[in-house]
Amino acid sequence: MYAQALNVAEKAHADDPELRARFQARVDAEEKIEPNDWMPEGYRRTLVRQISQHAHSEIVGMLPEGNWITRAPSLKRKAALLAKVQDEGGHGLYLYSAAETLGVSREELVEQLLTGKAKYSSIFNYPTPSWADMGMIGWLVDGAAIMNQIPLCRCSYGPYARAMIRICKEESFHQRQGYEIVMTLAKGSPAQKKMAQDSLNRWWWPALMMFGPSDKDSQHSDQNMAWKIKRFSNDDLRQKFIDATVPQGHFLGLTFPDPDLRFNAATGHWEHGPIDWSEFNRVVRGEGPCNRERLKARQKAHDEGVWVREAALAHAEKRAARKAAAKIAAE
Amino acid sequence: METPLFTYTLRLADNALVLGHRLSEWCGHGPMLEEDLALANMALDLIGQARNLYTHAGAIEGKGRSEDDLSYLRDCPDWRNILLVERPRGDFAFTILRQFLYAAFMHPYFERLAASKDETLAAIAAKAVKEMAYHVRHTGEWVIRLGDGTEESAARLKEALDDLWPFTGEMFEVDGVEQALIDAGIAVDPAVIRPVWNGTIDHVFGEALLTRPRDGWMQTGGRRGEHSEHLGHLLSDLQFLQRTYPGATW
Repeated sequence: MYAQALNVAEKAHADDPELRARFQARVDAEEKIEPNDWMPEGYRRTLVRQISQHAHSEIVGMLPEGNWITRAPSLKRKAALLAKVQDEGGHGLYLYSAAETLGVSREELVEQLLTGKAKYSSIFNYPTPSWADMGMIGWLVDGAAIMNQIPLCRCSYGPYARAMIRICKEESFHQRQGYEIVMTLAKGSPAQKKMAQDSLNRWWWPALMMFGPSDKDSQHSDQNMAWKIKRFSNDDLRQKFIDATVPQGHFLGLTFPDPDLRFNAATGHWEHGPIDWSEFNRVVRGEGPCNRERLKARQKAHDEGVWVREAALAHAEKRAARKAAAKIAAE
Repeated sequence: METPLFTYTLRLADNALVLGHRLSEWCGHGPMLEEDLALANMALDLIGQARNLYTHAGAIEGKGRSEDDLSYLRDCPDWRNILLVERPRGDFAFTILRQFLYAAFMHPYFERLAASKDETLAAIAAKAVKEMAYHVRHTGEWVIRLGDGTEESAARLKEALDDLWPFTGEMFEVDGVEQALIDAGIAVDPAVIRPVWNGTIDHVFGEALLTRPRDGWMQTGGRRGEHSEHLGHLLSDLQFLQRTYPGATW
């Protein structure tokens, strides 16, 4: 509520060039912007969009991995997977809290997710038909997320940067855990190795797409770079990920599903074949294998939780009323 | 031939794993994010307890069976858990109330098992006491919220209680296997737990405006391997990979 009041007050100054210049000078000096500081409306909007998309991705991301919790192949794997998916929920919680510092409530944000107004990472619209996908999500999806997220630990907005520090620590643990699952499969029986290869074939291209469109097609980049919300371009981060990941896959004896993949000794980089952006656009548009399923699962949990949330609220109100009545009686 | 100590340890382990598995089914589907995390926490506690107990059971048996051999390669008749824990997860009221009924029993039980003459059981119990104290507190608070919340939440809680109550009697059963271990100072006599459990239940039910059903006929059989239809489905999920790829390492 207070934040809404701030929003109104701030809109009056939205175009004040002096405030904007002072803001930009603080960002340029690597000072952190805090919730009560003046900020351009566009900066606030961009952050709300980005942080809430990230939060939604964590929450929707619980579903594809949650698919294997009851079927994990050993008690150790079961506990580790459950703890991992629980961590994703925890990340969602910190991120919703970081977004709330910008004057938007968790309820509003969840509503935006459920109505399809807000996006989440398209990677979670792919299915997890095999156990190897638990390894591949950790190794590739969390690996790609880390590449994207480490620079966010230095994001100009303080609450987001601080949330990201904690999240990145946990994500790098998840990534190692995922790689270890893939390694166990790659060194296992022929059926297990096949399971790992099949999973890599399915996840490789979607993982590369996680970095977003190529720099020449990206809409938001320049302003976000100036605001230090973003520090590296999509293509640079993608290249970094490929360079780190390809040798890890080869070490396990796995083959990447890209006939054009080759090492360029002159540049020191792995070069990849063309990314099928039409697939990316399709999945973003809602035409991925699991888009409807994922949103329906979230909607179902939300709907089935209504009576629980109402009961908690009703009980809290009853308690408060009883406490107030007892206070009056005592006076 | 199973020794009494093996059977006893397996009963404790199977209760923990089956209930932990049921709680883990909520992950990603909870009524609110905070509760999703809390249910996963409790599931992790139980799975952790089960792992330690299975490892101990395997050592007692002495045939080299690991925690995974014991959990992934036994069929229904060899499972020793009480029927209460294998009931499907139901709605949030059912899950919370079951967890409360179980934790209100296991918390004082582990307090006493921490003094067992079996040192490993004592150590496992000492760690579990703290975990179960949290389960009692957390689920007890929810039982009160639901019972003294809205009409719908109270009705759902009442329905859950009617479903669950006939399964509570099995927690207090003692058979020959267990009596010998109680006499030897290894196992805990559930008769000692009864008044503590009653006290916790009555206190929370009082605040939740929930009437305790009369103790009538009670379901039984799980500890002897006589299970409901539900355990087989749980095991077909749990054991799927181990059964499909025999002997593989994961």
